[in-house]
Amino acid sequence: MIETYWQLFLAFFIPNVIGYGGGPAIIPLIEIEVVSHYQWLNLQQFSETLALGNSLPSPIATKMAGHIGYIVGGIPGAIIAVFATVAPSLLLMIFLLSILYRYKDSVKVKSMTLFVRPVIAVMMAILTYKLLQNSYFDAGLLHSVGLIIAAYLLLERLKLHPAFVIASALTYGGAFLG
Amino acid sequence: MKLQWQIFAAFFRIGIFGFGGGPSMIPLFHTEVVKRHQWMDEQVFSDVLAIGNTLPGPIATKMAGYIGFKVGGTLGAINAVIANIVPSIIAMILMLTLLSAYKDQSWVAGMGQGVLPVVVVMMGKLTWDFFAKSHSSLGLNGTLLITFTSALALLALNLHPAIIILCLLIIALLRSEKTVQDQALTQPVSSEKSLEK
Repeated sequence: MIETYWQLFLAFFIPNVIGYGGGPAIIPLIEIEVVSHYQWLNLQQFSETLALGNSLPSPIATKMAGHIGYIVGGIPGAIIAVFATVAPSLLLMIFLLSILYRYKDSVKVKSMTLFVRPVIAVMMAILTYKLLQNSYFDAGLLHSVGLIIAAYLLLERLKLHPAFVIASALTYGGAFLG
Repeated sequence: MKLQWQIFAAFFRIGIFGFGGGPSMIPLFHTEVVKRHQWMDEQVFSDVLAIGNTLPGPIATKMAGYIGFKVGGTLGAINAVIANIVPSIIAMILMLTLLSAYKDQSWVAGMGQGVLPVVVVMMGKLTWDFFAKSHSSLGLNGTLLITFTSALALLALNLHPAIIILCLLIIALLRSEKTVQDQALTQPVSSEKSLEK
């Protein structure tokens, strides 16, 4: 069990110390650890976590950590995963603020975020493609394309609340798929 | 004690009303911290935000923890982070536990299939946003260069992203400070923009 806790710590510590660009940047990095590396969840379960996470308020990274930690190691697992998500950068911020303050306009420091962003974008693109593939295999071409178009219109054109769109998709799936 | 309660209430409100992930919660932080409680003035708040953005990891917990620490010490930091994130974590675990209790039913599998395309759209949108932000701050050539190199390293060489990111961070730190004139680098990041609205 100790080993599992250690793995949980690493699985969330690594994405959070390299994930520049806020919570969403960490999603593809977590997927690599949780789905590809440790295989605690399959991609379908991961995407359900992501969907429900997006329908609830507060940062996505901590919700994913809390939930995945809970599945893998119960309440201690949830605490460890959330701690690994929150603590490293928060401690850096509290203890190094005066130093960071001096360098906040430094080109070097700004370049760090700038350079990492395209890598995160590539990983997000790969994850999107994998999810698309899964959707095609599970729900079939017609349903996938229809739901993607509907979700896009509702989320991006009509700007409906994600919680509403996700609830509708769950209802539709429960009634017509499966 | 009253102070700790105020910290809890402020970050609890930010946590339960902050839909759309960490970066979209920044205006709520501003309302509570600068307007309602006046724990920080405008200038300090935007400095803290700028510094938070130079560090990896979620922005919301860095803001909550740091502001909690400044206002109420170590206890304040722990209090603020817990108030900010724990309610939704509990809600999330309850919802998914409930769902997995019925996982043998075919309609639950159907729900999972129904929601997958929505996640595709959300991830696709995030991907687009990250490329667009990168294009506007790093320019087309820089974005394409890093995009293709990292895609090659990830897909063809199967490198762990941590290695690629560490290499890029080292390159960033080796950059000369003299390129300050580079207009691209002085553009504000999106979370600062949303604050100005």
